[in-house]
Formats: sequence, structure tokens, C-alpha cells
Amino acid sequence: MKFEYAPAPESTAIVSIKPSYGLFIGGEFVEGASAFKTINPASEEVLAEVSEASKEDVDRAVEAARAAFAKWSKLPGSERAKYLFRIARIIQERSRELAVLESLDNGKPIKESRDVDVPLVAAHFFYYAGWADKLEYAGFGPNPRPLGVAAQVIPWNFPLLMLAWKIAPALACGNTVVLKPAETTPLTALLFAEICQQADLPAGVVNIVTGAGATGAALVEHPGVNKVAFTGSTEVGRRIARAVAGTKKKVTLELGGKAANLIFDDAPLDQAVEGVVNGIFFNQGHVCCAGSRLLVQESVYDAVLEKLKRRMATLRVGDPLDKNTDIGAINSAEQLQRIRTLSDIGEEEGAQRWSPPCELPEHGFWFAPTIFTGVTQAHRIAREEIFGPVLSVLTFRTPAEAVEKANNTPYGLSAGIWTEKGSRILSIADKLRAGVVWANTFNKFDPTSPFGGYKESGYGREGGRHGLEAYLDVSH
Amino acid sequence: MTSRIEVRKTLKLYIGGAFPRSESGRTFEVDGHNAALASRKDARDAVLAARAAFGKWTGATAYNRGQILYRAAEMGESRGVGASDVDRLVWYAGWADKIAQVIGNANPVAGPYFNLSSPEPTGVVGVIGPSDLVEAIASVIVTGNTCVVVTPRAVEAVFLAEVFATSDLPGGVVNILTGYPKEVGPWLASHDDVNALDLSGLDDAELAKSLEEAASDTLKRVLRPLPVTGMQRMTAFLETKTVWHPKGV
Repeated sequence: MKFEYAPAPESTAIVSIKPSYGLFIGGEFVEGASAFKTINPASEEVLAEVSEASKEDVDRAVEAARAAFAKWSKLPGSERAKYLFRIARIIQERSRELAVLESLDNGKPIKESRDVDVPLVAAHFFYYAGWADKLEYAGFGPNPRPLGVAAQVIPWNFPLLMLAWKIAPALACGNTVVLKPAETTPLTALLFAEICQQADLPAGVVNIVTGAGATGAALVEHPGVNKVAFTGSTEVGRRIARAVAGTKKKVTLELGGKAANLIFDDAPLDQAVEGVVNGIFFNQGHVCCAGSRLLVQESVYDAVLEKLKRRMATLRVGDPLDKNTDIGAINSAEQLQRIRTLSDIGEEEGAQRWSPPCELPEHGFWFAPTIFTGVTQAHRIAREEIFGPVLSVLTFRTPAEAVEKANNTPYGLSAGIWTEKGSRILSIADKLRAGVVWANTFNKFDPTSPFGGYKESGYGREGGRHGLEAYLDVSH
Repeated sequence: MTSRIEVRKTLKLYIGGAFPRSESGRTFEVDGHNAALASRKDARDAVLAARAAFGKWTGATAYNRGQILYRAAEMGESRGVGASDVDRLVWYAGWADKIAQVIGNANPVAGPYFNLSSPEPTGVVGVIGPSDLVEAIASVIVTGNTCVVVTPRAVEAVFLAEVFATSDLPGGVVNILTGYPKEVGPWLASHDDVNALDLSGLDDAELAKSLEEAASDTLKRVLRPLPVTGMQRMTAFLETKTVWHPKGV
């Protein structure tokens, strides 16, 4: 039986997007050197014009953050906490507005921005607010001090959530920040700047500079910053690690991944398939910890594949603002091209490609949910991060082979295990070289739970008590 | 009466539990001895040995690792290792089965999930020019890492290698290359199978910077040449793994 769905679009009336935005420096919006446009990836329509920060603009932002640091770092933790609680509350109050704006600028389904991203953002500020006056209990010595000015560069896949992961712990620890959102998704960060104003956060504690790679490079290489936090590609992460060599800048990098999702023959298959679908198609697969390699035990391969295809055929691709949409728009033309190129390479290298019948909108950037079978470990689609709704399916016979294949990657961000056997979960979880292991679940996030990778997926942790260390000087 | 002629010791490398000469055939003079001078090939052999030893060492129980480090302290005491070094080995031995309790966490996530964060060793650590050999090695291996050490202090290093070689420490967990950090360090910094660099003892800022730059290609964890406590030394070479599982009946 096939259900027809009537359109159920979320209204955009709640958001008022300005025609143009300046940089947020020293508590005010100021004009940048030049400007660029940000578009709605679901329609290719221009949403707003945004300032592009030059090297001089970055200088101004770092100076503003430095000036604010003197007072902010001396403020009692209990007072800093109250500003963060206030911000958390305003995010809750304006949550629908933030969700709609995030879906407009990013292309993600409203049900994800509304039910996952924005609630996690508020929760993250709420969690770290409570740490601000308890840092001496965090296990990093009796007198943990802030580092100073934090340079933070974030990606376009979870714009507001990544902002929260960066700004909340930094401010709780007494640092001030200059944050650069991704060039394709600057709008929720600029709305967050308004929220800082509404919270009466002291000027210069949070500064937002919009721009592309050059702005980000100027920021992380700025001699006036004490801390660099980056989430994004492994390639850029390497450049940052090189750029900060020989300095005293503390660095945390959260980079790419190629997570394996292991299904054993005793797994509850319907549940596992649901987890696999969530693992790779959540947020259009624009997730660094996406379960992009499915490893299935041979004896259940046929059953898993049949269930997977059946489930994929029910996924609804289209208008991100429609409340029934499962898969929204690909974030940019550039990313769509990368997904297409790697998928074509998958076919050329001999893997079999399959997508359910799926009508894609005429305008905007779209890619149907796709799986590849007959994939070997040597295939580029099994080695490289595609960052799109594309799943590579491989098989294994023994638990040892599953572990060997799962770990056969320079990445080590996350992994999944599906089996009913508890002792197997614990044993496999011990052997997987990954920072987050989801057993009989996938893509779960929480402010109390540390997140970050092994190997070339980066270093340092965000979230939880562990996430404080990245923003504290613990040398005393 | 003639005085007894002393039996001298040949100072060799320590790789995979054995004491080979440098494959290069080279030596350098240290305190009147001709010590083996480690080469690029020796560094690669040492990384292979360290990688091969990693699985077994990280899979050993924390209790067992603590026992072996304590055994190294016993061996050090009887072989005349300095008192402070022996005491340091005892201190680190005790950490083996406590560090996970001190820096791990049960995380109270907002949902019906079990969620636990535990430390795990980073892997193979290159220790370049340590200022304190015992401190450097003990802090790296107690948590389950294996290491390749580069030091010009050959007499002290070989003495220490003999202590580890007689402490039931599996071969390959500690590998010691006597030689020049400037010559051997870059091979470890650029080696794909080295996960981290300890540069904390290096007194050459330029060399430290160039090694950190080379390490960026494979995103190695780098401990810079800055003052550091024992706890920070241990945590610098630990990863945090967080495991989730739903709760239900």
C-alpha cells in the first residue's frame, strides 16, 4: 500500500531575513570589506548578502575579543553562567525561528532542524552554563584558567549546532571567541549574534566574522589567538595543524570520517536497517560520523539488502520545509558535484549502484538516496568521505574480519555495532579504533557525551566534562 | 699483582626486545664508548616492532601492565638505577589500573541510553630527545601505548633498556634508538604508522617546530616542548572512546 502525502510546509513567516548582514564585532554589526551571497540550496534563490571579512576585519575582531577577555575572564563563574543560561533560554524561545532559518540556509529537513539541531543547541548552552562556576571540580587541576581568545571555524552541515559546540564551552571557561561560520550557511550564526545582543552579553565576548577559506586562514593564523578549534575536512585540518606548529596555540580538530556500521547475523534486522538508514541518510549524509560503510555478515546479507531497499523506497526527498520530508537539499552545487563525481567513480570501479524511484525537484541541489553493492575495500567509495546520501555495502564472515575491515581506514571518528549478544558488543567496541561507538543505535548526540576522533579524524573532544579541557589552561 | 682488566659493554640499539647493532654499521662516541648510531632503517624497524607489540600490550589487563612496570622498578633498584627514577616507575605502575577511573566518565545523557567514556591508548608514540628517559617511557607505556625513543644519551639508555628487557615487558613495547634526534626524528614524524610525538624534552625549538609540521600530514598528536605534569603526559597519548547502548526490556 502506498500513502500519498499532502504538502505540509512549515511557514517561513516567523523569520525575517535582512537583505544584507555585516560582521558582528565588539557587540555591533559592522560593514566588512566586501560581500557575498548566501542562497537557499533547495531553490537556488538568494537569501541575503553577507559581509566577507578581510584580514583587517579579522584583526578588528581579534582585538575586540582580546579587549573583552580582560573583564570576561575575571567575571565570577556564577555570573558567566547566568549569561549562558540566558542564551540557552532565548534559543528555546526563538527555536522555531532558528529551525526555519537553518533549513532555509542549509537545506536540511525542518523535522531535523526543529527536533534535533535546535534542541541540542539549547541543551549544549544549558549544560556548559552549569560548568562555568564549577571548573575546579572538573578534574583539570585546582586552578584551571581560560586560554584567552579562541579562533573557531565551523562547517556547513550543522551550522548552529557546531556554533554551540564551540562557543558554549569556550565562554563557560572564561575565554572570548571569534567564530567563522561556513560561507554557505552564515545566517543562523548571525541570528545568534542578535541573540547575544538580546542577552546583553558584554561586547566583544562573541564575535562572528563571515567569509570563506581566506577569512578562516587569517583567523587561525592570527598571532593574537590562543586557541584554535576547527570542525571540517581532514585536508583543511592538516593545513591548520601545520600552521600552528611551533606556536603555543592549543588546537582541537574534528575532521572527516568513514564510519563502519557492522550488522551481525543475530541482530534485530528491522531495527538495524532503521539505524543504517538513519546513519547514512540523516542530514543528507552531510555528517562527519555518518555510517557510510555498511558491513553485513554474509549469512544475513540478502535479508538486510531487501529490507534496506524497501525502507529506502519510502524515504521522501524534497522541500526541506515540508514536515514530512526525510531527505532535504544537498548544501551546495560544489558538494553535489563531489557526490556525483565519487558516485560515478564507484560505478567505474565496478560497484553496483541502486537508488529507489525518486522524483527530484527541478531547482536546487538534490541527490537521491543511493547504495553501492559489490564494493571492495580498495574502492574509492569505501575509502574516501563522500559526505552525501551514499552508502557502500561490504560483507564479512567472522567477527575478526569485521573488526579488521572496520578499522581499515585512516579515519577513526565513529562506528556502529548491531547484535543481540552483549559480550560481543563489548568485545567489538573495545577493538574498534573510533571515538564514538554506537551499539544497537546510531547518530545519537548529547551535550554530556564527548565526541571526537582517533587517527586522522582529528584530536580533542567536544561535549561533556572532557570538552572543557580544550578551553582551559591546565599547566598550573 | 696485576689489576683486573674490565669487560666493556657494547652499546647497541633496543628493538623488538633484541639488542641489534645499527643496520647502517655506524657508531658514535658517547662517554668513551662506541654506541650504535641509529639510522632511518633502524627507525622503520623500530616502528614495525612497536606496531606489532601494540595489540598485545593494549589488550593486556591494566593490572598486568602495572605489575610489569613495578617489576621494572624492582629491576632498576637491583641494577642501581637512581632512586628517583625507581620511585617514578613505582608511581606510574600504580596508575595503570586507576587512570580510567580518574579520567573516564559515565555520561548522564538525556535519554534511555547507557553511555560510557573510557581512555584508550593512542598507539605508537615517537619519543624524540626526552629530557628524562624514565619519566617519558613510563608515562607513555603505562596506559597501553608502545614507543620508539630517540636519544643521544646512549649509556643511560642502554642501561634502561636492560631493565625493561628483564621485566617481562613484551618485546617491542619499548624500542630505544641511540642517535641524533635531528637525524632520526624526521623519519618518525613523517611515518604513517606513528600516531603521536613526544617532543616535550626537546631543547631545539626549530627542530621541534619542523617535526610538528611534518606530523601534521598524518595528524599525529604532538606534545610540545613545554612544561608538563605526569598526568598531562599520560593524557596527551590517550584517546577517549564513548560507547552508547539503548536501555530497554
